Formats: sequence, structure tokens, C-alpha cells
Amino acid sequence: MSDATQPTPPAGPVLAADGTPLKRSLARALRMQKTRALLLIAPLLIFVLLSFIVPILSMLFRSVENQIVENTLPYAVEEIAEWDGTSEQIPGQDLFQALYFDMFLATELKRHTRLGTRLNYEQTGMSSLFRQTGRKLDDLGKDYRNAFKAVDDIWTKPATWAALMSGGDGAAANATLLKEQRVRLSTLNDTSLPRQSSFVPGQQISELLPLTTREFTAFALVAELIDKKDFAKVKPVESLFVALAADLSTADLAGYDGPYAEELRALVESGAVTMPDFQAFFVDADEEWGKLETWRTIQTHSSSYTSGYFLNAVDMQKTPDGIQMQPENKQILIKLFVRTLIMSLIITGACILLGYPVAWILANLPMRSANVLMILVLLPFWTSLLVRTSAWKVMLQQQGVINEVLVWLGMVADDSRLVLINNQTGTIIAMTHILLPFMILPMYSVMQTINPSYLRAAKSLGATNWTAFWRVYFPQSIPGIGAGSILVFILSIGYYITPEIVGGTKGVFISNQIAYHISSSLNWGLAAALGTILLLVVLGLYWCYDKIVGIDNVKLG
Amino acid sequence: MKLTTISRKPLGFVAGWTAAAGALLGLFLGTANGSGPTGLIIGAALGAALALALPALNNEKLARWLVLALLVAITFYFGGIALALLVGLFAGWFYGWFTFWLYEGRYRARLAPYLTPGQVLWHFGFRVICGAIFVFLITPILVVMPLSFNAEDFFTFTPEMLSLDPEGFSLKHYRDFFTNNEWQRSFKNSLIIAPIATVISVSLGTLAAIGLSQSHVPGKRAIMAILISPMIVPLIISATGMFFFYSQIGNFLEGTIGLDKTFVGYIKVILAHAVLGIPFVIITVTATLVGFDRSLTRAAANMGANPVTTFFRVQMPLILPGVISGGLFAFITSFDEVVVVLFVGSASQKTLPWQMFTGLREQISPTILAVATILVAMSILLLTTVELLRRRSERLRGMSPQ
Repeated sequence: MSDATQPTPPAGPVLAADGTPLKRSLARALRMQKTRALLLIAPLLIFVLLSFIVPILSMLFRSVENQIVENTLPYAVEEIAEWDGTSEQIPGQDLFQALYFDMFLATELKRHTRLGTRLNYEQTGMSSLFRQTGRKLDDLGKDYRNAFKAVDDIWTKPATWAALMSGGDGAAANATLLKEQRVRLSTLNDTSLPRQSSFVPGQQISELLPLTTREFTAFALVAELIDKKDFAKVKPVESLFVALAADLSTADLAGYDGPYAEELRALVESGAVTMPDFQAFFVDADEEWGKLETWRTIQTHSSSYTSGYFLNAVDMQKTPDGIQMQPENKQILIKLFVRTLIMSLIITGACILLGYPVAWILANLPMRSANVLMILVLLPFWTSLLVRTSAWKVMLQQQGVINEVLVWLGMVADDSRLVLINNQTGTIIAMTHILLPFMILPMYSVMQTINPSYLRAAKSLGATNWTAFWRVYFPQSIPGIGAGSILVFILSIGYYITPEIVGGTKGVFISNQIAYHISSSLNWGLAAALGTILLLVVLGLYWCYDKIVGIDNVKLG
Repeated sequence: MKLTTISRKPLGFVAGWTAAAGALLGLFLGTANGSGPTGLIIGAALGAALALALPALNNEKLARWLVLALLVAITFYFGGIALALLVGLFAGWFYGWFTFWLYEGRYRARLAPYLTPGQVLWHFGFRVICGAIFVFLITPILVVMPLSFNAEDFFTFTPEMLSLDPEGFSLKHYRDFFTNNEWQRSFKNSLIIAPIATVISVSLGTLAAIGLSQSHVPGKRAIMAILISPMIVPLIISATGMFFFYSQIGNFLEGTIGLDKTFVGYIKVILAHAVLGIPFVIITVTATLVGFDRSLTRAAANMGANPVTTFFRVQMPLILPGVISGGLFAFITSFDEVVVVLFVGSASQKTLPWQMFTGLREQISPTILAVATILVAMSILLLTTVELLRRRSERLRGMSPQ
């Protein structure tokens, strides 16, 4: 090529083959590369985020969430905020009234026992209090129903109520109330309700008889959307009579011209309407309701978010008088945390002691024999965890292999066999065996990189065997020990299966307590709080692991 | 490899060691039969006598056969046929070998000539310690196997088994495993859940690993941390989180969409297991991709192959060993998993480990040992496969010379 045919390069930016500036062209190529990489990663990332990270986050959320009180007793929680817990008086009629209607609806949907169970974690006796009160709620309404029926028997007819509460044909509707009650119901029942419902409360009647309209709206929604029945044909529930009595005893019927105006006036004049004494009713149903302690507990735990589960997880509790330690006989969790940490440390220590010589000999033998010995390490590593655990159960039992051999050898008397299982010894032995490969493998990979000539150099300079090892070899192998130890420690503090099977009651870990609260005691909030604490510990350790070894250096087999 | 020329050692030195070894065996046999010290003394004397007598025969082979016969006879006399086979044969071989190993000075052959006797002693003492640890590692797995052929419903060796009476052995626990509905159903469940979970995690994991191995990935560390988090978070915590989450998902699928309950149960368990298997796939496949020569894909593209063809015809065959071993890891994770399935699944998704777990916790049945033996056989198979794949992958990448 000669200079004559070559056009002079244009002044300005260098161009790519297609004429765009090279800089932009490169940037576009880089962007495309990034997009392609992200598109390849995206499906998995979304999958892991949705099916792993979100569950973990929801667990974290559950450890502070406490909406059950507010969802079950929405009106009572509103009222209880105004009650002065430090006063020496139990709450007034308003709170008892709100509680009555909240409890009634919750009992209809069988939700009150859940709340009882929840509050029972804080104060024993709450569970039975809610269950028993729930059974007696109908009694108050029955009296009013009979009295009303005696005045006029239209009051027990479903159609009367439907017409009265909707305010008659063409009456102005109270859409806000309807919406409120839908929300109340769906939060209480923990489900989303079908969109359509046919009942609409009337505006005029809801101003005249607010309580009755509110309760009837809820009743109609339950009948229609949950029980799938026609609300205009379902017998009115007892709470409606109580609400009507409460409303009518204060309402001024003078200006009312809607449906059943005459019948309502007749009812008021008959003297069957009296203001219900909610307080007396509750205290009569169960005297616990007349105690300050009950109300203080409910007040303390009525907020929608609570630190209560975390406090429980560290053996403390939230009381009306502030945060206190649990009573002596209930303090088990801190002990369990400490035990988990100590036993994990012992297991890690045992793994270091047993793993170091093995890793050393694997790294220093000729390749061929090292590979053969490696099988002995990898076989347990690959064998099912359940198999190894059952093997240890077989070995460690009172009638197990170890005891039989010791008895046959005469080292242990037949009547004083060693207790190796269902205690801490069992857990430590079995878990050391199970986690040993996790210690050996990182140690081995570090020791392989240590040049043996250093050791020889040290010895030729006059170091004794011990000095050469301690001052030259050992410091170089510390990264392996660190990596293996953190790995074993992380794995062991979260172990569940092995302690459960060989640990009995004394050799169990905090994870067994979590499982117990999930599947037996159903105290999910506490399980979530314990899980969160454990997770934080593990993430902290993992962060150290990342600093020392690096995530990318995790090797398998 | 010989480092040191060897020479015969004085008989006194040999006799001392063989006496010690004899004393050890004598102590065991002695305590088992009533008197430890007597056994100890007799054993030591016998050991010393062997050391003095055997070299005098001047025929090593004959001498070693004689020792073997002697020890088998002694152990048979004390403990019957089982002891003779288990201990006698080994001890007989060992004493013969040990005596001549010391007498001929063979123990020094592979050691540096300048080592002091103390260092030699430590060298072999250390090996004995390591041997003991290896025994600790492997014994539990080995003990399970013969016990699974027990004719009784015990978890321990019966006298019939020890005397090698055929009556003491049977295949009834295996028969139970293959005919019992509970076991078969759980085995089937495992065989449904594990492969599907593996397929999900391998396909998504391989794609993501290829994406991660590109040179410019924004937020690579964070993504990596998220993707391998299922391996780091303790299973009990994953299980707790999934328990809350999947019960809501399950309610949604059953209630709102109206899917079959059992089917939803399988979906939940499979998804949960797929997540747990993903880190293993990511780690093994990215490790394989590190050694992957990028110019191969460029060459393929240069010759007109589109990215899909390049992936399936060039890249995939090369990284296949890594993908398969990642898949095996994912498979064994799911096949072995019990905590998550215990929390997320319901009774109709009971897997084999779950069945074993309840078996171990509640009604303890020796069928578990038969299952355990089958699983050990399976893990040996898997281990071999992974090892072969690893070698193949190294060969393909030219990392180890053939």
C-alpha cells in the first residue's frame, strides 16, 4: 500500500468499521456483553431470590410481627390505647363493649383460640381464658333476643334485619362502612374475600344505629362470602341483639323514617331495651377479666410489631413493668445457646486434633498412596448423613458394638456399660466423625501448597523436629486450620438431625429447639426469632470466612 | 525407592518390640478370658520367643506361615471361628511380617539415613496414630454392612453371627425394604423428587455459571453471594423460612388456583430441593469454566456457528464433566436431605431419609441398616463416577499429562 491511495485519517475521534466512533462502539459492545451475562444469570437469580431469599426475609419479618392481636381485636386495641395501664382501675364499659363484639366475630370464625395461644406465651392462662369466654358470649345475646321476641317476633326473622339495615329500597348507601368491614373480616380470617357481595348498609340507619349496622354488615359478609349462604335467610346471631340494645338505649328515634320505624319505637317503649353491662358480663364469665394483670398483658402486646419474641429468645420477657428476665424455671434458651456454642467449639477442636495428622500425611505421602487414603476420607463425606448417624446409633448404644466389645474384653463390667448415647458425648462423637472430612479437605489443600524443602532447610539449620514443625510448618498451615474450623463451626451450630437422634435431651442444639417450636409448640414467632439470631451468628462467621479464605475458594472434594 | 542400605538388627532389639506387640494382644485375650496380667505376660513371652525362634529357621516364608497358623489356632481356641478370622488371620500375618520387618531392618529402607532412632520411632508412631483416625473414619460405615444381614431384629452382633453360623444371617431386612409399602413409597418419592430437583438446579445453574464466568458482570460478588447462600445458611433456618413461605404458596395454589394437594406438595419439595442444590452446581461448573479456553468459542463463531450451536457443540462437551459432577452433588443433596422436606412436605411426600429419620427416632427397625448399606453402595458408585469425571475433565483441559 502506498501513501497515495490511503486517505488521510480524519481529524477527530477514531472510527470503528461501521463509521461510529470507536469509543461508543466499544461501550456498546461492553453493554451488550454485560446484558448477555445478566440475562444468563437472571433466571437463576430470580429463582433463588423468590424461593430462598424471600422465605428467609419472611422469617425475619415473622420474628417481629405481632399483628394477630390487632387483627383479631381491632376495636378493643383502639380502645385499650386510651386505657392507662398504670392506673389501678380495670378498663371501662367502652373497652369491654369493643371487646365483646371483636370476640364475638372472632369466635364465629374460630380465631379467638389462636389469639389465646399467642397471649399464652406471655402469660399462662390466657389460652383457656379466651376459649372459655368464647363459649359464653352467646348468653348475653340470648337474653335480649328473648326479650325482643316477646315484644314483637319480627325481630328474630332474618328478613326484618336485612331490610332494616340496608335502609330499604333506594336508600343512600354507606360504602365506607362496607369497605371497613371487608378489611376487618379479611385481616381477621387471613384470606382475601371474593369481590362481590350483595349487602350494602344504609347511610341513615348506620348513623342512627352505628354499632348494629357495623355488626350486621360484618355478619352479612361472613354469611355470604365465607359461609356461602344467603344472609337474608340466616338467623341473626346473638351479638346483633346486644348491639341493637346498646344502640337503642342511646339513640334518638324521633327523626327516623326508614323501614321498621314503628317497630323500633315500640321496642324502645316496651322497656325491653337496656344498656348491656359488658363489664359485669365479662367478669362474670371469667374473673380473670376483672384483673389488672390480664389487661396489662393485652395492652403490652397489642402493638403490631414486637420485640417480644427476641426477648423471649434470650430468656427475657416484655411485661407491663418493662423488660424483665424470665422466671428462673423458664430460662433455658440462653443455656441452650451457650451449650450449642461450647459443643460446637469442642467438635471443632476435636476435628482439628484428628484432622491435622490426617491432612498432613495425605499431603506428604506420594500421590498414589495419598489417593488411596483419600478414599477413606471421601467415602464418609459422600455417604448419606442418615447412614452415618444410624451407624453411630448402632455403635454407641448400651447394647451397641462399642459397649459389647468393651464388655467382652472385660474393660467394662456388664452392669456398668458406658452411657455413650442420648447425651453430649454421643453428639460430640457422632458429629466429630460426620464433620471431620470438612476439616480435612481444606487443611489438605493448604498443606499441599507448603513446600517440604522449608522443613528440611530448617532442620539443616539446626532446628529440632519440634522447632522446625512449630516455627516453620505450622504457621504456614494456619490458613487451612482457619478455613476448616470456620466451616466445621458454621456447620455444627446449625446441625439438627444428628443431635436429634443421638443427643437425647442433654445433647441437643438450638436448632432442635427451633424445630420443636415449629412443629410441636407452634410458637412460630419464637422459632423465627431464634432462627434470626442463629442466622446472624452464621453470617458473621461466614463474613470472617470470606475475609480469611474467600467465597470463591470453596472447593468440593 | 530405597534411601538407606539395610542390615540385620540384633535379636534383642527385635525381641523387645515383638514382646511388646505380643503383650498387647495377650492383654486383650487375657482380659477377655478372666485375667489381664496373665495374658500380658504370656503374650510378651510368646512374642519374644517368636523373635528368637523365627530367624533361626532361616526360611522367611515358612516362618511366616507357621506364625499365621499358630495365631489362628490360639484365637480359635479363645474366641471361636469369628475371632480366628477377624483377629487371628490379621495378627498372624502381622506378627510374621513385623518380626522380619524389624529383623531385616526393612523399616529403615525408605527413611533418610541420618534419622535418629527417636525420629524413626516418631515416624512410625505418627503413622499408627493416623491409621487409628482412618479407622475411626471408616469403621461406622463398615460396621453397618454386616449388621444389615442380621437374622434377628437386633442392632448388634448376635452370637450366631459371631460364630459365622449361616442361621445367624439372612436377607430379611432387604426383603422387608423391597416389599414394605412404607419403604417402597418413600423410596419412590425420593426417586421422583431428587431427579426433577436436580434437572432444575443443573439447567438454571449451568446457564448462570456461564453468565458469571463472562469477563464483565456487574455486581458479581453480590450475585455469587446470593447464589451460594443456600449452602451457607444452616438447613434448619432455610427450613424454617421455607416452612412459612411455602405454606402460604401452597394455600394459594390449592385454594385460589385449585390444584391437587399432593401435586402441590411435590412442587413445594422439589422447588425447595432445587434451591439447595444450586450452590453445588454453580461452584463445580464455574470451577470447570475457569480452565475453559475462550478462544474455542471465538473460533467457532468465526467459522459461522451461532451462539446456540457453539454452546451445544463446543462449550457443552468440554464442560460436561463439571456439569455432571455438579448434578451429582445436587442429586445427593436432594436425595440425602431430610430437614427441609420434614418441614415443607406432608406425609405423601415422605422421602427415604425422612423414613429413616422417623425409623431412627421412633420404631427402631433394622431395615434401616439394609437401606443404609444400599445407600453406602450408592455413594461408592457416585464417588467413583465423580472421580472418573474429574480425571476426564482434567485430561480434556490438558491439565494432567497422560
